[in-house]
Amino acid sequence: MVGKKNKVTLFIRMVERNMKEYRIDQSKGLEFGLYTLGDHIANPNTGERISAQQRINEIIELAKLAEQAGIDFFSVGESHQEYFTTQAHTVVLSAIAQATEKIKIGSSSTIISTSDPVRVYEDFATIDLISDGRAEIVAGRASRIGLFELLGYNVQDYEALFEEKFDLLLKINKEEVINWTGQFRQSLKNAKVLPRPKEGSLPIWRAVGGTPASAMKAGYAGVPMMLATLGGAAYHFKSVIDAYREVAKNNGYDPETLPVGTTGFFHVAETTQDALKEMYPFINEGMKLTNGQGFPKQAFAQAIDKRSVINVGSPQEVIEKILYQHELFGHQRYLAQMDFGGMPYAKLVKNIEIIGTEILPAIRKYTAQK
Amino acid sequence: MKIVGLSGSIVGSKTRTAMNYLSKEISEKYPEVEFNLIDLAEYDIQFSDGRNYLEYEGDTGFVSKQIMEADAIVIGTPIFQASIPATLKNIFDLLPEKGFRDKVVSMIVTAGSPKHYLIAEQQLKPILSYMKAQIVQSYVFIEEKDFYRKEIVNDDIIFRIQRLVEDTIVLTETYSSLRKAKEEEYWF
Repeated sequence: MVGKKNKVTLFIRMVERNMKEYRIDQSKGLEFGLYTLGDHIANPNTGERISAQQRINEIIELAKLAEQAGIDFFSVGESHQEYFTTQAHTVVLSAIAQATEKIKIGSSSTIISTSDPVRVYEDFATIDLISDGRAEIVAGRASRIGLFELLGYNVQDYEALFEEKFDLLLKINKEEVINWTGQFRQSLKNAKVLPRPKEGSLPIWRAVGGTPASAMKAGYAGVPMMLATLGGAAYHFKSVIDAYREVAKNNGYDPETLPVGTTGFFHVAETTQDALKEMYPFINEGMKLTNGQGFPKQAFAQAIDKRSVINVGSPQEVIEKILYQHELFGHQRYLAQMDFGGMPYAKLVKNIEIIGTEILPAIRKYTAQK
Repeated sequence: MKIVGLSGSIVGSKTRTAMNYLSKEISEKYPEVEFNLIDLAEYDIQFSDGRNYLEYEGDTGFVSKQIMEADAIVIGTPIFQASIPATLKNIFDLLPEKGFRDKVVSMIVTAGSPKHYLIAEQQLKPILSYMKAQIVQSYVFIEEKDFYRKEIVNDDIIFRIQRLVEDTIVLTETYSSLRKAKEEEYWF
């Protein structure tokens, strides 16, 4: 028995154990990205709301600035409701692909449940070609469900729609000729989904809302996980990530080859006090308008503690938090959501500058694997 | 201060009768309070399908928004089969998980039998706690024998409703002023 076990271990070691398939190079350290949902809300401090056109153009500009600052990834999500502007997120990503040269780009997320996986794949493969191999998909189930009605789907099929369409998306990514039958889409017979991405396939992640049950579903499928962390103790999310890796392992996947990303609120200012003060009205107002309840001050005030998952603070404080989270999670990518509730452009530009000059050098120095 | 009275059944008259007494007590003693009585019998409410309450339309959207905008909610409920009725549970299901955060909730319970006295204690209160309500601990329990021809005939019940109204308003005032003071202590 002992001999057999050794053989198995040896076999696993011989297989390449890296995350190349997902374009992740851990020798460069934790990747840092920015993500937007395209929030389009009146500034709670002034009551003024910029036009949708200005907001979309600012998002494209932010992607350019992110690239100049050396940020690894920039992504745009789709929310089909009031107070958002990037419903057509693939179109925005296409403009970003054209406007940038090296930053990786993706969705955050693409609601695959209410889209046709064939069309989604065509879009992202095209963005991949325009961007010279920089496109990724993060597929999610939607945290708000108004889009089911808007796009003509039954919300009763919430889970079944996602699972079937996500499986098909993964299949299209792996196979050039598709034979497929399902419940929610016409069958595919010897179908070719074109164009193919530059390197033949795209990194496809599963967006996870924060519960272990949801994380485990990504583990069963053996796909990378993008985990939303809205608030609370960072330690809580360690158990979620552990559950994901455990399930992946038990289902024959090697967690060493599966990247984990986390996402959450981000804002830096000179002092931690200032950072919280600047960010709070946007978080509170944004939550009120889009989710119907504000963010409790009591819970937000706890962001001052290093152990809180909310990365709002002075640059030094935020660096310490991200490193602490990396120690707990061993994750490969962190996505900062800094424009929640329509934080004004000038502040976002300032944040990108601080990320480039102070935060990235520090986190790369400490997280690069030798 | 906004208070919503929620009559939680679409059948029978006892709960609605008790809620009418409550409305009268509030409007007479506290005219400054913005009070709305929602009798579920007068609305067409759909079953919860898990969406955010902002996304419901018609009566369902109206009722859930009224509740979410209130500072306090007085729930009136009958007890059917040793339980709150499904119509009331559906209202809870329409609201966010922490839907009663920073809200005061009090209760008037009507029942055909004294055997149902602990249902509010053991079934309704845990739901309200889970949804983060500030609960007025004492509730008014009214039996069949306290009603006659859609009127309350037991003076003690009238007194208890008066006390419930006072407790609800005192707790709402106290809680919101304490919360306001605490929030002003934060620097943001």
